[in-house]
Amino acid sequence: MTAELRTPGSPVEAARPPFVRIAGVEKAYRPRGRALQALDPITFDLGVGEFVSIVGPSGCGKSTLLMLVAGLIPTTAGEVVIQGQRIIRPYTDVGVVFQQDALLAWRSVLDNVLLQIDVRGLDRRRYEPTARALLARVGISGFESYYPGELSGGMRQRVALCRALVHDPPLLLMDEPFGALDALTRDQMVLDLQRLWLEARKTVLFITHSIWEAIFLADRVVVMSPRPGRIASVLEIDLPRPRRLGMRESPAFGRYAAAVRQRFQAFGLLSET
Amino acid sequence: MSAERPDALTDADTEALPSAGARLAPYLYPALTLAGLVVAWEAFTKLTAVSRLLLPAPSDIAATLVSALPLLVHMSAITAAEFLLGFGLSVVVGIPLGALLVHARPVELAVYPLLVASQTVPKAAIAPIFVVWLGAGMTSKVLIAFTIAFFPIVIDTAIGLRAAPPEVINVVRSMGANAFQVFWFVRFPNALPNIFGGLKVASTLAVVGAIVGEFVSAEKGLGYLVLVANGELNTTLVFASVVTLSVLGVGFYFLLELVERFVIRWHVSARRPETGTM
Ligand SMILES: Nc1ncnc2c1ncn2[C@@H]1O[C@H](COP(=O)(O)OP(=O)(O)OP(=O)(O)O)[C@@H](O)[C@H]1O
Ligand SMILES: [Mg+2]
Repeated sequence: MTAELRTPGSPVEAARPPFVRIAGVEKAYRPRGRALQALDPITFDLGVGEFVSIVGPSGCGKSTLLMLVAGLIPTTAGEVVIQGQRIIRPYTDVGVVFQQDALLAWRSVLDNVLLQIDVRGLDRRRYEPTARALLARVGISGFESYYPGELSGGMRQRVALCRALVHDPPLLLMDEPFGALDALTRDQMVLDLQRLWLEARKTVLFITHSIWEAIFLADRVVVMSPRPGRIASVLEIDLPRPRRLGMRESPAFGRYAAAVRQRFQAFGLLSET
Repeated sequence: MSAERPDALTDADTEALPSAGARLAPYLYPALTLAGLVVAWEAFTKLTAVSRLLLPAPSDIAATLVSALPLLVHMSAITAAEFLLGFGLSVVVGIPLGALLVHARPVELAVYPLLVASQTVPKAAIAPIFVVWLGAGMTSKVLIAFTIAFFPIVIDTAIGLRAAPPEVINVVRSMGANAFQVFWFVRFPNALPNIFGGLKVASTLAVVGAIVGEFVSAEKGLGYLVLVANGELNTTLVFASVVTLSVLGVGFYFLLELVERFVIRWHVSARRPETGTM
């Protein structure tokens, strides 16, 4: 297939300079003196405007990889390079959604979103309309003055998502952002994220447990092995955009899902007996 | 987390039915208990005709509270100034010291063991030394109140600052926050519930400290009045002074609770005082 025939968002990785380069990145923790290899060397690139999903079993080092890319923890070996710059401290031109919503209990919903603006020393008044619009978009309007302790888990995660987007960063790192949502809201959020991405074309690293979510959103799906995490396979997802929920039942989608599932089964996960 | 507390169910119950009775219960019950005790006390003194040198009746104490009011108010002002200054000093020293324990490793290594060890020294025993050094005036009382009160503030501040969730710290770090901003945006507000816990403990300790100081040596204050009245076998005035002192202490405590409820409105314990304490 040629690049011209592709719908927007399809993988053309060779044609794009890498935005993020993950080169032989490895991580060992030392909990209570014992060495624990969380990640074996990982190498892959994220092209500019590319959406890459990572799926893998629990504990395989997905969150660790995200923290390494964000520059929040040091690598044991290898390096992360973002836009030609080697990451040795937190990378800040980014929006991060962590696995835990990580909201500040003492700030209202709106102030939690605007935390991004306050810490960066930007003009609050300029960004407040953006913050309100984002909140409305994910169905949180009317709750701007609530405290996180007064929201449901799913609502909190949506606030965290708005916080990651409000300053319009070129790179998004998302660690199971929809993990705490009910199936219905989750479908809606996946559609919203796709729409946002189609409009703004950010570079996205998206971690999930959900095979369908990974395939539905991504240009490429990286499948990881159980701990210590390695890249088990990389799938190019060649489905037209915008993708529709009904596509989940299509044969092409089913083939991708089967490919991922078979990788997991090869690791002895998903036993059916 | 509140959801994991075993009493979460009763929380939900009282929230579901916020009747006037349920809201007043935290004030009504202690008030009724107190009223009951006072009535029993009055009855006891009347029935047994116990000497008022040993146990004055509540009605006698009330009468003295009224007749000696100018004196009590004057002495209260002195004692209040002492424990408020001692408390203020505890806050001004305690919170920064708590922060240093968390953020400056050398300070922690050098100071923390000594700080803990110093708490085993009975403060009442060193109070006379303060008086020798600083005289019988207000300064010695303020410093005794401070020595007794500042420790819980230091410890609770340090605990609260340490308890900041790592993922929240990571969020602000990826926004480019420096160490000071991490402190200002995350650690300090996160520590406020603990700090207020320490302040409330310290508030009662500061009162104790001021009185201990006055017992050792003073010419003024409620503690001094207690000593003098006791020496004159004026037990009723002793009781009236103690009542005044309790009112001062409780009043200060509730003032702190009010400030707390305003400052950390977001916190569960501030929103549901009747179930969120401890
Ligand atoms: N701070 C840490 N100290 C020590 N070990 C850690 C630490 N963080 C993670 N680990 C270990 O590293 C491994 C990978 O953890 P990580 O959180 O990256 O997994 P994950 O793939 O995100 O899992 P999940 O899907 O359940 O979120 C786990 O075995 C975990 O025990
Ligand atoms: Mg994880």
